[in-house]
Amino acid sequence: MTYFTFPNAPPLPEAEKLRGEVRAFLAEELRNVPAHVRAASWSGFDAQFSRRMGERGWIGMTWPKQYGGHERSSLERYVVLEEMLAVGAPVAAHWIADRQSGPLLLRFGTEEQRQNVLPKIAAGELFCCIGMSEPDSGSDLAAVRTRAEPVDGGFRVNGTKLWTTYGHRAHYMLLFCRTSGGPADRHKGTSQLLVDLTLPGITIRPIADLSGAKHFNEVVFENVFVPGSALIGEEGNGWHQVTSELAYERSGPERFLSSFVLFAELIRVLQRNPSDHATIAVGRLISHFVVLRQLSRGVAWLLQNGENPALEAAVVKDLGALVEQEIPDVVRSLVEIDPDSEQTRELARTLHYIVQAAPSFSLRGGTREILRGIIARGLGLR
Amino acid sequence: MSAGHWPMPAEEVMRLPYRSETAALLSESATRLFGAVNDGELRKAELGGWSETSWREVAEAGFPLAFVSEAGGGFGVAPAEAIELVRIAGYHAAPVPLAEAMLANRLLTEAGFAPVDRPATIAPVTGCTAFSLQREGAGWRIRGRAVGVPWARHAGTIVALADHDGSPFVVALNRTIAELEQRASLAGVPSDALTIDALLSNDDVRPAPTRWNCETLRAAGAALRVAEMAGALERVLELTVTYANERVQFGKPIGKQQAVQQSLAVLAGQVAACGGAAAIAGAAFDGLDIPSIAAAKARAGEAVSVAAPIAHQVHGAIGFTEEHRLHFFTRRLWAWRDEFGSERHWSAILGGQALAAGAEGLWPFVTAFGAPQEAR
Ligand SMILES: Cc1cc2nc3c(=O)[nH]c(=O)nc-3n(C[C@H](O)[C@H](O)[C@H](O)COP(=O)(O)OP(=O)(O)OC[C@H]3O[C@@H](n4cnc5c(N)ncnc54)[C@H](O)[C@@H]3O)c2cc1C
Repeated sequence: MTYFTFPNAPPLPEAEKLRGEVRAFLAEELRNVPAHVRAASWSGFDAQFSRRMGERGWIGMTWPKQYGGHERSSLERYVVLEEMLAVGAPVAAHWIADRQSGPLLLRFGTEEQRQNVLPKIAAGELFCCIGMSEPDSGSDLAAVRTRAEPVDGGFRVNGTKLWTTYGHRAHYMLLFCRTSGGPADRHKGTSQLLVDLTLPGITIRPIADLSGAKHFNEVVFENVFVPGSALIGEEGNGWHQVTSELAYERSGPERFLSSFVLFAELIRVLQRNPSDHATIAVGRLISHFVVLRQLSRGVAWLLQNGENPALEAAVVKDLGALVEQEIPDVVRSLVEIDPDSEQTRELARTLHYIVQAAPSFSLRGGTREILRGIIARGLGLR
Repeated sequence: MSAGHWPMPAEEVMRLPYRSETAALLSESATRLFGAVNDGELRKAELGGWSETSWREVAEAGFPLAFVSEAGGGFGVAPAEAIELVRIAGYHAAPVPLAEAMLANRLLTEAGFAPVDRPATIAPVTGCTAFSLQREGAGWRIRGRAVGVPWARHAGTIVALADHDGSPFVVALNRTIAELEQRASLAGVPSDALTIDALLSNDDVRPAPTRWNCETLRAAGAALRVAEMAGALERVLELTVTYANERVQFGKPIGKQQAVQQSLAVLAGQVAACGGAAAIAGAAFDGLDIPSIAAAKARAGEAVSVAAPIAHQVHGAIGFTEEHRLHFFTRRLWAWRDEFGSERHWSAILGGQALAAGAEGLWPFVTAFGAPQEAR
């Protein structure tokens, strides 16, 4: 009995040509950016960088040309994503819109929404944020309280969204909210709105993370009037839509490469004179990356073929987060870090960044326990 | 309409995962054949015994020739597909040396020998210093010792690589010429020591085709073990999920307990990883791509180390008994993770290459795996 399927994604010669172009672009862009800055990877925000990505046609790659897309395959897109992440390019500005908001609008949005928003996303000019979590609704997304009351010509929105990554820099939020019923109705009565964050009544307050960095926010809605044209898909269909959005969110290679820049710095320090122990530890990590990449390309291939890889994506994300979180300890076990030494200074800085970022790797995008619950359901246990 | 994956260019539709009809038929008959082997036969194998009926069926189905080219007498199935047979054998803990015989016949036919339909195995399995060949009279003398040779006591033919003046030669040995010391693998399966000092005729010795040497032989064996491990781990997952749904404690199946569900999800993740490793190993088999096989075997071994303990934990005491079938799979998995190179062995090779690639070369090193027409 097979519980999940990871197809063997075929090698694509045109994707390898593209890889060369992306590498050349990144070598130029990141020439003087030190590893500890690149370590932020898909948390690094740089609107200008995103615009240059858009100019090259590397955002919205798989979307139809009529919406500013480039009609390329999922595997070509995969190449661009993994190349960005491996070297820690600052992709945060467009990342969410490219990964989930755009595909969601393509699938459920109105024609007007697609025409207004998608070409700008693909150009790297319009950024989106995810409005799912709330103070009382984290893993339990169906406990959503933010309400959009139907009123004449639209909705009046009240509520608070939390942990909204780059909400303070984004143009639009894809807001998951309740349009009828109450929390007891769970999945029923929920909808999604495409909310222009400049509307009156929206207050966005950055929240510092444990290291003091500011990337996520509290977003408060007080009697915000949102026009009816902002409704995505159907009123009441929010749960179905938001679960598709989560499938897009969880299926990319970002789910195992968050510590790759640190791994490369480790190699830089070790390569001079590695012990047997260090060589074996490095080889072991390589075996993990090679297999994760095989599985993750399989997920991209499932997407390419119109399948819903929610289960497979949960498997990759769970395995990937373990490796991402283990790397800082592998580094610490192999290298005596001396922040004063020229040789280990950059490694130390990168390590310090990753140690502090690592707890989030198994929280954001669905916690470890929630993913394992999804896998257990796939096994027929729940 | 669905998004994020359109449009699919026509030429890509053609590249959807595709399996030849012959391969599908082979898999079907392997499932039927190995699925019919009862626990009694498996037990016999664990005591070092031999199931002649099982072997005869395997030979009649032609499985030992699955890696042999059509010209050499095989079915012309791509090796990446033929390796599926080995996975199925692993899934059923088949009590026959299928992987070994498939590899032995591949090596024989590539070297220009005829394939054999009696059980066959290969040696050495642990490195390069086992056998040496010297010219003697009109023929050859082979000398040396190999340990851990799987199934040797039941094999008719042992296909060995031996060194002559620094070059590898393929030698087709009649098992009876070897002095054999019976030993058992951790799973109880024959894993014998062979001491050989014998004269061979010129007909028994051929220069090894390029790319075959004892390192690549070990890699080929490792690739096959990964496929077997993937099959056996799938079975372990299936047995464990089934048990969790059936065993009732505290008034409900233990599988309804969230702690048990979370453990099973971890087990499933390792099974997926091992499946990915097997896909990599399968694709790497034909070209004997050492880094790919190294990554696959190292990762598969680690998957076993995480997965098997969970399976036993969920099974409780009953899974710790000889009577329960779980150990047919877990004991083999523990043996296989060490055979043809452990995680330590392959990680060291892979790590050495990654370190040689250096910090800037690290990512290109990773993406070279599975890249098209990759010549390493
Ligand atoms: C860096 C970062 C960026 C984020 N960005 C965004 C964003 O842009 N937009 C957005 O909407 N959200 C965002 N989030 C929020 C993220 O999605 C939530 O943190 C996540 O869904 C978990 O919710 P929670 O933090 O409320 O934890 P809780 O749901 O309260 O969980 C706390 C703990 O309890 C466990 N738990 C909860 N329920 C169960 C259960 N049924 N079974 C077993 N264990 C359970 C969890 O696994 C976790 O370990 C971000 C989070 C982080 C850390």
